[in-house]
Amino acid sequence: MSGKGNGTTPLIEVRNITKYFGSVIALNGVSMAVRAGEVMCLLGDNGAGKSTLIKTLSGVHQQSEGQYLVEGQEVHFDSPRDALDHGIATVYQDLAMIPLLSISRNFFMGSEPTKGRGLFKRFDVKFANRVAKEEMAKMGIDIRDPSQPVGTLSGGERQSVAIARAVYFGAKVLILDEPTAALGVKQAGTVLRYIAQARARNLGVIFITHNPHHAYAVGDKFTILKRGRTFGTFTEDELSREEMVRMMSGVDELDALSHELQEFERTDKLQGEGMMSEVDHALAKSLEESEHLFDPKKDNEHPAQ
Amino acid sequence: MATTTVTPKGDERLVEASLLKRLLSRPELGAAAGAILVWLIFALAAPTGFLSLRGAASYLEVSAQLGILAVAVSLLMIAGEFDLSIGSLVGFAGATTAILASEFGIPLYVGAIVALVLSLVIGFFNGYLVIKTKLPSFIITLGSLFIIRGLTIGLTRLITGRTQVGGLDDFAGYAFMRSLFAIDIPIAGVGFSISIFWWLLLGAIATWVLLRTQIGNWIFGSGGAPQAARQVGVPVDKVKVGLFMTTAFAAWLLATIQVITVKSADTLRGEQQEFFAIIAVVIGGTLLTGGYGSAIGAVLGALIFGMVKQGLVFAGVDADWFFVFMGAMLVIAVLVNNYIRRRAEAARK
Repeated sequence: MSGKGNGTTPLIEVRNITKYFGSVIALNGVSMAVRAGEVMCLLGDNGAGKSTLIKTLSGVHQQSEGQYLVEGQEVHFDSPRDALDHGIATVYQDLAMIPLLSISRNFFMGSEPTKGRGLFKRFDVKFANRVAKEEMAKMGIDIRDPSQPVGTLSGGERQSVAIARAVYFGAKVLILDEPTAALGVKQAGTVLRYIAQARARNLGVIFITHNPHHAYAVGDKFTILKRGRTFGTFTEDELSREEMVRMMSGVDELDALSHELQEFERTDKLQGEGMMSEVDHALAKSLEESEHLFDPKKDNEHPAQ
Repeated sequence: MATTTVTPKGDERLVEASLLKRLLSRPELGAAAGAILVWLIFALAAPTGFLSLRGAASYLEVSAQLGILAVAVSLLMIAGEFDLSIGSLVGFAGATTAILASEFGIPLYVGAIVALVLSLVIGFFNGYLVIKTKLPSFIITLGSLFIIRGLTIGLTRLITGRTQVGGLDDFAGYAFMRSLFAIDIPIAGVGFSISIFWWLLLGAIATWVLLRTQIGNWIFGSGGAPQAARQVGVPVDKVKVGLFMTTAFAAWLLATIQVITVKSADTLRGEQQEFFAIIAVVIGGTLLTGGYGSAIGAVLGALIFGMVKQGLVFAGVDADWFFVFMGAMLVIAVLVNNYIRRRAEAARK
C-alpha cells in the first residue's frame, strides 16, 4: 500500500453532516476527510447512508446540518456542476456513458475540444481521439481505436474511461460509487488497479463498496457507515478484515452464518483447538473462500487445517 | 505504447477492425444498400422512364420534399424525441403565407417570414411543453398535430370562407420567391427542381453539425443518456427545444416550396408527412430510442421513398401499392438495422 496521504489540509472534509428526507434521517452526524494521494474506502451495508453521503459530497443533495469543507474552505454546492468546478468528480455506478457513441466522444461529452472560428468552429476529432487514447494509456489501457463504440468495452474498461475522463478534466477528488459492484472478479481487479493509479497521481479517492476484500486491496483508510452514522475511520493496521466485516454486518454476516451451518462438521473438528468461536471460524472461512476467487490455485488448500 | 504490457487482458482487443467492418458499423449502411437495391429493381422493371434524366428529376423532387423534413426529424430523433406536428405545420405555414398575401396584400416574402417566425414559435412551444411536462414528445406533438391542423382549417375558413387559397402568382413578391424556392435548374437539358438542392444542402449541414460540431455531440448525448449528459454539463433541454424549432423550420421550408411551386395553399397539405418522415429516418438507420443515427441516412431514406413512389408509376403499378411497400420497408429496415448494429458491435469485440 503506497501513499498514506501527504497533505495536512484534507481535500474534502465533512463534519457532523446530517441529512433528513422529511422525517427520515438518512445521515445522522457523519464526519470524514480525504487527503491527496489517499484512498478512503466508504463501507456500509445497503441503507447505511452511503448513497446519501456521496450525493451530498457531489452536490446532488445539500446537507441539512453540518459543515462541508473543500481544501479547508466551507462550501455549499447547488448542483453537481458546482462540485465539478471544485474538482470533485463522481463516477456513478450506471457509468453515465452512451454505449453506441465512440470512446472519444463519450470522453469529451459536454467539454468538446473545438478548432476554427465562427461558422467553422468544429469538433476537433483528431485531438479528441489522440487525448482519449493517451489518457487511457496512462490508466494502463491500450485502446486500439478511440472511435469504437463504448459499448464494445468491458464493464471494467468502461469504468476506467469514466475515471480517466474525470482525471483529465482536473478532478482532485474522485468519488467512485460501487465501481466494482457489477463486475466479475477479473474486471473488478482491473478497476482496483485504476484506483491505485489515480492515487499514484496524487488524487484523493473515495471508494464506495460493500465488498471488504475490494476495500482492503486498495484502501488506505476505511470509514464505516452504519444506519446513517460513522462508525469511525480506521487505517488498515487498526482494522482487520474480519473486524471490518463484522462492523459492516448484514449480508456478510448472513453469509458467514450459512457457511457455519453448511460446514458444521468441519468447524466442529476445529473447535477442538479452542480459542476461536464458531462465528469467527465461519467468518475466516468465508473470507478465505472469497480470496480464492482472486487466486484459483489456492482452491484446495484449507488454511485452518 | 509502453502500456500494452500492463495487463494480460490486452489480447482480447488484438483483433483489428477491418475497413469493411468499420463501414458496416455506420448507421446509414442499410439505407445505402436499400437505395441501391430499390434503384436496381426499378431500373429493371421500368428502364425507359426510371433511367431517364426526366425520371430522375421526378423521383428526386419527390424525395426532396420528404427529405427536407426527414433530415430535421433525424436530428430530433437522435436526440430522443418525436415531432408528429410537422405535417400540420406544413399546412399552417403555407396557409399563413398565402392568406397574408391574398387577404392583407402583404408581399409573399414578408408573409413567408411571418410564417417562419410563427412556425419557430410553435416549434419552441412543442419543445418547451415536452421539457416542462416531461410527457413523451409523441403525446405532446400528437396533440399539437391536431390543434395546428384544426386551427389552420378553422381560421382559414373564417378569414377566406374556403380552405384553399389560389392564384399566388398574382401577388407581390412571387417572382422573387419563385427564384428561391420553385425554379427548375437545367442540367443536361432537363429541369431539376431547386427543392432537390435545398434537400441536399440541409442534409450536408445536418451531417456537418452532427459529426463535426460540439452541438452534434450534445445531440447524441441528449438522446443516448440524457441524465448522464446533464451530469457532464450538456444543456439537454436547450438542445431539444432547438431541435423542435429545427423541425418546425423544415416544415416551413417545405411549405414555402410547395406553396410557391403550385401557386396555391391548401390547409390539408402535409398530411401524413410526419409519418413518412419518421419512416425515412428509421430506414436511414436512426434508432427510435435515440442516441444513434445519421442525417445522411435520412437523405437516403427519403431517396428510397421517392424512388419507390415514382418507380411504381413508371412501372405501371397501381399507386395504391405504395403504402404496402413503405410499411413493409419500415419493418424490414428496423430488423436489418438491429441486425447490422449487433453484428458491428460484436465484430469489434
